[in-house]
Amino acid sequence: MSDHNINAEKYWQANLRLILGSLVVWALASYGCAILLRPMLSGIMIGGADLGFWFAQQGSILVFIALTFFYAWRMNKLDEEFGLQE
Amino acid sequence: MDQFTINLLFVGGSFALYFGIAFWARAGSTKEFYVAGGGVHPVLNGMATAADWMSAASFISMAGLIAAAGYANSAYLMGWTGGYVLLAMLLAPYLRKFGKFTVPDFIGDRFYSSTARLVAVACLIIASVTYVIGQMTGAGVAFSRFLEVDNNTGLIIAAIVVFFYAVLGGMKGITYTQVAQYVVLIIAYTIPAVFISLQLTDTFIPAIGLFSNHTESGMPLLQKLDEVVRELGFQDYTADVDNKLNMVLFTLSLMIGTAGLPHVIIRFFTVPKVADARWSAGWALVFIALLYLTAPAVASMARLNLLTTIYPSGPTEAPIEYSERPDWVQTWETTGLIKFEDKNGDGRVQFYNDVPAFKDEATARGWEGNELVVNRDILVLANPEIANLPGWVIGLIAAGGLAAALSTAAGLLLAISSAISHDLIKGSINPNITDKGELRAARISMFVAIVVATYLGMNPPGFAAQVVALAFGIAAASIFPALMMGIFSKRINSTGAVAGMLAGLISTLVYIFLFLGWFFIPGTASFANTPDNWLFGVSPLSFGAIGAVINFAVAFIVSSMTPPPPKEIQDLVESVRYPQGAGGAVDH
Repeated sequence: MSDHNINAEKYWQANLRLILGSLVVWALASYGCAILLRPMLSGIMIGGADLGFWFAQQGSILVFIALTFFYAWRMNKLDEEFGLQE
Repeated sequence: MDQFTINLLFVGGSFALYFGIAFWARAGSTKEFYVAGGGVHPVLNGMATAADWMSAASFISMAGLIAAAGYANSAYLMGWTGGYVLLAMLLAPYLRKFGKFTVPDFIGDRFYSSTARLVAVACLIIASVTYVIGQMTGAGVAFSRFLEVDNNTGLIIAAIVVFFYAVLGGMKGITYTQVAQYVVLIIAYTIPAVFISLQLTDTFIPAIGLFSNHTESGMPLLQKLDEVVRELGFQDYTADVDNKLNMVLFTLSLMIGTAGLPHVIIRFFTVPKVADARWSAGWALVFIALLYLTAPAVASMARLNLLTTIYPSGPTEAPIEYSERPDWVQTWETTGLIKFEDKNGDGRVQFYNDVPAFKDEATARGWEGNELVVNRDILVLANPEIANLPGWVIGLIAAGGLAAALSTAAGLLLAISSAISHDLIKGSINPNITDKGELRAARISMFVAIVVATYLGMNPPGFAAQVVALAFGIAAASIFPALMMGIFSKRINSTGAVAGMLAGLISTLVYIFLFLGWFFIPGTASFANTPDNWLFGVSPLSFGAIGAVINFAVAFIVSSMTPPPPKEIQDLVESVRYPQGAGGAVDH
């Protein structure tokens, strides 16, 4: 196997790890805090509602924006590190 | 100037703007006309994607559904934004690297099979037609109010306008027109919300107003709303849901449907570089979030304003006299979307939740049933009138609602007609068809699609956003898994992918048709659409997520029993994973 292929394999593994990590955060914000864990978070109040309600109507959207920008920034850097950028 | 003239000015003015920009951009560069936004900056591309994406469902219908159900319908907010995370990480950069223009192109090439391509075309057409039904429902509501006619008449007028709008076609592809549409849409949505937020909470930003104190009562807005709805027998606005499984599946279905819808994916084919595809998804989400962070505020404030209008002295006092109802109630009555029936003959408007648990209290107050029926799709459009805002704000929201419905409906009709004339007829049935014949086939299929959508839109299987949610379920169950497996697995072969797509599509369609009528024809449902009848409490709106799991499972099992894809296909999968050498988008 050539150097390029080993390098490419490492790049792909790094990408998969990054996706997995991001999706854990994605699921925790929406399915976690906003839906399944809402009863556990009901003690924390934010502006007249509980934290779970805030995550369901606003918080998760803000987390999604942060995630997509983080992923774009991290991957574009990874492209350069591995010399795979266009 | 009367309201009708103001509406006409705003709607006419906004359309003149779109056509003007289309004309200007066309004169500037012919290439721009064909390759939509080939060299457009990711921020502008994000804005155009947001305009393309936000339809009647987001603009007209969604806040009304949230207002009616409160927390339970937060699934729309999370589902229609969270899908962009999946799109940005799992699909957009790789499909950009693949570099062809359509989704069936990718599926046909990756699964080296014209059958796979045909199945993808079928999935695309079914999801898009369902989506158009939702758009027609929303556009019908907007036109009936705007022209002050009956809802069905409004729907037919909407169909004619959409048809001509779509036939003029080419302008749809011009990124700058869509940027203008986004600007009109977001201004139209935000301005009334800012006014209402100031009225109710003294807070300038609606998204913050939602979590602020209600000025009049001094208590938090959401607690005030909970209190008012409780007095009328409704469930608390912020109440948790019992069926968490259904809410999770519904949210998931909307998310993966977002990532699987062809007209959104196509936008990422046209950015200059793979790196830009990643940024574009982020920017699209920012511009979508501007509306989606305002929507829950619009929902709760409109619900409170509506109830305060009907119970001016509070929900424990007598409601308004029917003869003294505000003007906006009368106008909406002419569309048939607000209905009043004086059941106890006292001349007042009793509006409450007519359920057994509230029966005793209602009887004690001399009420003999809920007397006012308000269609949920009218809430956003009626919102400025309910809050007594000036006439120009009402005109603005009419222009915004029509921009949202018409642009998406026209875009979908173009996608359907090109799928039929280009992918289906020219690609398989009759490769020798002339250009003229192809164009005629495109027009005919567009016409048929709009007639079908209008007929089904007269008795839609749900409110606009619900019908659109069904389209997302279909896309989630059929297209998204095939695309994702095509990129992340080298082992999935053509037999597996075709079997998976068919299993996902058919299981989801059957489940939807069982409860909402076969082919959405009214009166043909096999079971009543109530939670008791649903399998494990999963609603037809949520089934797309299960369909997607079926799709993945069938594809894996069938692929493991049949030979792996040939070497060159495995190399193709390898190549889409690395940005280097992406090159320009290839025409076909």
